[in-house]
Amino acid sequence: MNVFGDLLSSMIAFAVPLILVALGAMFSERSGTINIALEGIMIIGGLVASLIFKFLNGSALAASSPQLCVLIGIVGAAVVGAIYSFFLAFASIRLKADQTIGGTALNIMAPALAIVITWAVQGQGQTAIYTPSWVPLATAPIDANFFERVFLKSSYLTTPICVLIIIATWVIIYKTKFGLRLRSCGENPAAADSVGINVYKMRYTGVMISGALAGIGGIAFTLAAGSGFASTVAGYGFLALAVMIFGNWQPLKIVLAALLFAFFKSLSGMSDSIPFLPSFSNIKESYYIYLMIPYIVTMIILALTSKKSRAPKAEGIPYDKSSR
Amino acid sequence: MKIKAFFATCLTAVKKFFVNLWPNIKNLKTKRGFNSILASLFSIIIGILVGLVLMLIIKPKDAFYGLSMMLSGGLSSVSNIFQVLYTTAPLMMTGLAVGFAFKTGLFNIGAAGQYTVGAFCAIFGAIILKMPWYVDILLAAVGGAIWGSIPGIFKALRNVNEVITSIMFNWIGLFLVDLIIANTPKMLSTYYGGADQSRTVDITAVNLSAKLPSLGMERLSPYMNVGIFIAIFLAIVMYIVLSKTTFGYELKACGYNKESSKYAGINAKRNIILSMSISGALAGIGGALTYLAGTSTMQVTKTMSPIGFNGIPVALLGTSNPIGIIFSALFIAYIQIGGNAMQPEFATEVIDIVISVIIYLSAFSLVFKQLIDKYLLGRKHKKDARDLLNGSSGNGTPPEPVEAEVVKEGGHK
Repeated sequence: MNVFGDLLSSMIAFAVPLILVALGAMFSERSGTINIALEGIMIIGGLVASLIFKFLNGSALAASSPQLCVLIGIVGAAVVGAIYSFFLAFASIRLKADQTIGGTALNIMAPALAIVITWAVQGQGQTAIYTPSWVPLATAPIDANFFERVFLKSSYLTTPICVLIIIATWVIIYKTKFGLRLRSCGENPAAADSVGINVYKMRYTGVMISGALAGIGGIAFTLAAGSGFASTVAGYGFLALAVMIFGNWQPLKIVLAALLFAFFKSLSGMSDSIPFLPSFSNIKESYYIYLMIPYIVTMIILALTSKKSRAPKAEGIPYDKSSR
Repeated sequence: MKIKAFFATCLTAVKKFFVNLWPNIKNLKTKRGFNSILASLFSIIIGILVGLVLMLIIKPKDAFYGLSMMLSGGLSSVSNIFQVLYTTAPLMMTGLAVGFAFKTGLFNIGAAGQYTVGAFCAIFGAIILKMPWYVDILLAAVGGAIWGSIPGIFKALRNVNEVITSIMFNWIGLFLVDLIIANTPKMLSTYYGGADQSRTVDITAVNLSAKLPSLGMERLSPYMNVGIFIAIFLAIVMYIVLSKTTFGYELKACGYNKESSKYAGINAKRNIILSMSISGALAGIGGALTYLAGTSTMQVTKTMSPIGFNGIPVALLGTSNPIGIIFSALFIAYIQIGGNAMQPEFATEVIDIVISVIIYLSAFSLVFKQLIDKYLLGRKHKKDARDLLNGSSGNGTPPEPVEAEVVKEGGHK
């Protein structure tokens, strides 16, 4: 049982960044802009929050109310993520440039900037920013039972925040005027414009919400990875994009898709300790097989469900008011 | 007298040459290509300035030393010059792969995976099959093409976005190659008495015919080989295919508008798979050029090769034009070698920031082009407009519509 507790706990830890970032990607795409810069925004979010943790470490505030400090870090990551994504929004909405250009530029810049800043702050060659010990919500006892393992082993403030964001996203997208307007800009911007919706403003908002969520996702990934911030999020930004398409641009399906992916991801990390899984003892480095599984499973499901897939109609096309 | 007459003819010939050249130069200014190059140069200059400002913030004392290293590091020694060429070759190939896919309306973010699979096929051919280098390159092309065709098939038959499939198959390719190398003891250096069990054996130790010919210049640098010439040759081939053949035209037509090309009788599904296969083959050859140089060995690793991803900025900077990609790959390799020379005063990553600023500014290229039109070529246009008003044709063509380019560049999704 203990193994399954660990498995579920690891699954939740890895699902949180995927859910956050994929929901962010959904906000952006529903407004009509493909945000390919998620990977870079995640790195910036992780960097900012890690730096905030580092500076607060040892302060009186961190000693008295550590979770407030974590919250400050998360808010910081969200704000800076939104600001960073503004550059993408500016290039693809205002300048009507190809959306891959701005996204690629931000993706190249983020890890480089993170390393340069980390070195400038910590000294040359010090590439990792370690997470202080007060950041986790709780710690599991050594002889923890199943539930303690699931909920205490790798529990961070990002998990409850993620749950809140899932609910908020569903409400915003389907139950508010803003959500309806946002979706209309991704489906038919000209029609939206004709009834007085400011398409540019909606798209800026969509991209910057995605930036904020990707920023939070960045710190969530850093915490899930466990060993601190190392200027990388290991392709999770791109994965989140896949999860979003997998989830068919709908919040609840995205959550399910992310959980499924995270489950297989955790399985690959723990394949040794789960008794009934084949261990491929005659194959060397067999854990690479398990590393491949999440990607293969995603591909198979995508291929089977793709006919029902429905992307926002106007995504990726810059809106030009004068061509209406 | 004879000599004097000879000189006179020479002089008139030279004069005639220059007189004829002048209108050509003047015409050049109005050409769209020239305009794009000027806009790219603008982006590069601003990118380097941003790099300088960044260095001034981090270490003001060393900033100008860093700048001079960045700009001259690639030329500072013979070995560095050859290293630039060695770095350029695979970059140019992945750049061509991404650029070719862009031209046909596809975003091949999977060049990294195709590069890895291609590299593996080349090394497998070299070490296990004991094949000479040209066969290994062909094997790499086939491997890359197969890996590239998968996202193409998914897109054509199941309508799955190629970006997602490419990303997934990047990882699958990487892990698959890791798994095969780890389970093929004859490929590992430990089989031949080496110490590192996560690296393949040096191909020059096993099969000298697999090493790319060095054209007798290996005395100058171990990095010198035919790789760069192969890359340039393939760039020219791609240029011809894309702009001079019906096949290339069909591929591009699918990229501009899938529906209308279908209407015109083009098999869009077949073309998507073909485009992705060709793109994958180019990236795969890039992998072969890296490892057949005999200067590095492949490693069992969980991190993706950056060369595959760097193909994206190379393609964007070269505006997806194969000839442009030759120069943008040279430039990015050059500035990367310069970045190595900046150490230890500055992290090499400063170069990545400069490159990203340059790429970002290419989003402004339309704005730049309009500025160039307005200030550098403004007078010419006014004259054209006056000629037009007066009803005479004048000597030049009317100014090209700059706006038309947006549509073309936005062709891919």
